[in-house]
Amino acid sequence: MADQVTNSKGTSPSKAAEDDSGYWSANLRIITISLIIWALVSFGFGILLRPLLSGIEFGGADLGFWFAQQGSILVFLALIFFYAWRMNKLDREHGVEEE
Amino acid sequence: MDQFTINLIFVGASFAIYIGIAIWARAGSTAEFYAAGRGVNPVMNGMATAADWMSAASFISMAGLIAFVGYNNSSFLMGWTGGYVLMALLLAPYLRKFGKFTVPEFIGDRFYSSTARVVAVICLLTISITYVIGQMTGAGVAFSRFLEVDNATGLFIASGVVFIYAVLGGMKGITYTQVAQYCVLIIAYTIPAVFISLQLTGNPIPGLGLFSTHQETGQPLLTTLDQIVTDLGFNQYTAGTSYFNMALFTLSLMIGTAGLPHVIIRFFTVPRVADARWSAGWALVFIALLYLTAPAVGAMARLNIMDQFWPNGVEGEAVSVETIENDPEYDWMGNWIQTGLLGFEDKNGDGLIQYYNDANPDMQAMAAERGWEGNELTNFNRDILVLANPEIANLPPWVIGLIAAGGLAAALSTAAGLLLAISSAVSHDLIKTIIRPDISEKGELLWARCSMAGAIALATYLGLNPPGFAAQVVALAFGLAAATLFPVLMMGIFSKKMNSAGAIAGMLTGLIVTLAYLFTYLGILFIPGTNLLENVPENYLFGISPLAFGPVGALLNFLVAQAVSKTSAEPPVEVQALVESIRIPRGAGAAAADH
Repeated sequence: MADQVTNSKGTSPSKAAEDDSGYWSANLRIITISLIIWALVSFGFGILLRPLLSGIEFGGADLGFWFAQQGSILVFLALIFFYAWRMNKLDREHGVEEE
Repeated sequence: MDQFTINLIFVGASFAIYIGIAIWARAGSTAEFYAAGRGVNPVMNGMATAADWMSAASFISMAGLIAFVGYNNSSFLMGWTGGYVLMALLLAPYLRKFGKFTVPEFIGDRFYSSTARVVAVICLLTISITYVIGQMTGAGVAFSRFLEVDNATGLFIASGVVFIYAVLGGMKGITYTQVAQYCVLIIAYTIPAVFISLQLTGNPIPGLGLFSTHQETGQPLLTTLDQIVTDLGFNQYTAGTSYFNMALFTLSLMIGTAGLPHVIIRFFTVPRVADARWSAGWALVFIALLYLTAPAVGAMARLNIMDQFWPNGVEGEAVSVETIENDPEYDWMGNWIQTGLLGFEDKNGDGLIQYYNDANPDMQAMAAERGWEGNELTNFNRDILVLANPEIANLPPWVIGLIAAGGLAAALSTAAGLLLAISSAVSHDLIKTIIRPDISEKGELLWARCSMAGAIALATYLGLNPPGFAAQVVALAFGLAAATLFPVLMMGIFSKKMNSAGAIAGMLTGLIVTLAYLFTYLGILFIPGTNLLENVPENYLFGISPLAFGPVGALLNFLVAQAVSKTSAEPPVEVQALVESIRIPRGAGAAAADH
């Protein structure tokens, strides 16, 4: 997927198209960061890294157990709302928001 | 007033609301029938999505799955919520911008191919039809337990109600009924959980109560539970076993969730791209209310049950048969024994019922010493946990009526969403596009209604005569959604150079490889005895369980699609321009209007 940030063939590199490609690469950056956090809290803290967190006690279990049953869901929520807020702001910055 | 009358009032009142909404929200155009006229408020759509998503499995089965397995089944909690992050970031806003009505329609237009569209329809129908069978049987079970009618009668009543609001109102009717159904199901789920959390920990919020102090023992609730279950030879509640398969299974559920067509189409109903982003967040808020509560319900119910069987602690004497039969606190057991979902047997004839794990070799010495001759709780169906919870905790009869209405709301709302995905794929993708492209708007609306009626008839038939593979439905639906639709949708948005040959080859690879892997261990078409290899971990390819195969199918889909598209012609310029346009929100209204 190396073509993600390039413009479509045949269009002249106008100001608007440059802006759109800047918008898209900014979007991809936000998605990448969000998905790293998404994977870290669920597959990381909740499952694979749980043995590392086993020393941190939390409410009768360990922190990994909390992430698996509560924490990851709360982080997912925060991520989706952050993404919606950030993207709606990015839309305006690049002038691509809906009328 | 007896329990039956109370159940009847609660279920009857909720059905009256659904039918009232159906009459109010009739669909007058195909845009209303397929996408509720794209006028649904994002918070409302979030609520409808939550009801659409949370099925009989979430409402009835999930807490039981967690209660009897513990930490390892956290996969369901993370998998069935984490998929919304993928949907919100990778699919929903772009598909809303595309502004059409069905998932195969996007695949057909983006990959400029009717073949791609038909392959997508086949994937969609396989996923949605298998999924709907479970909902119909779930509704039938809830009816027969709470309204004391037989299974078939229950199923006909359920189908009749869905028929009224789905055929009349299409997506519009379904959306507003789902909002009402969400309210019913979340109240029904939360009230007993709050009471039980208060009883055990003094904390009214079950998700917090789970990590609080158990009032009776003065130590954390989870520590108490761990001690009791390990003393009786069961696996430690908070301990994990196979981290690798757990991670893979979680990923399978996440990708599968994001690729389920009946959930994706809900995001076509909001007015703007920005609304689609917010709406995914609201959907997860409403889903999280149940999913944060479910693990608490599971752990607390397990503790309550242990406590009922071992009222004097595990060192003391077990509960006696006489107590179970006469003490009002144990009435719920009698009710459920009648349904055949619960059963005990005094094997050693001591008049007491010992509940322990007799398969654990460490327990055998202790059992011999104490004169036990095997686990005497011979049958405990996990699905009764949520339904019996209010009775176990001694809550008033109206709470039980509420649970009955809630279970039915969960099953019916998901069934209706699935039926819309099925019928719109038939009327819009097959009839309108492939068979009779010259059909008028009015004609298509009629066909949409007929397809809906046909889909309901098929679902009812399959609910009455469930095929042998009903139990494998979840694995099949999620595995296929993960391996077929999710990758192809994502590539359609994020890779401008992906062409039709690549997409078709990718989808077919995902479909065939996933089916082949499932059939190898679970039987051809899930017919018992036709499996090529025994379904045990030693036989699995790289130790991957068939239930966790979705991500592997998805990966193969991606790889094959990339390889094929590299060796064939680039997509036409106008298709590349289409990809450019769905990546930016500007002009979403126009995209919808030119349809």
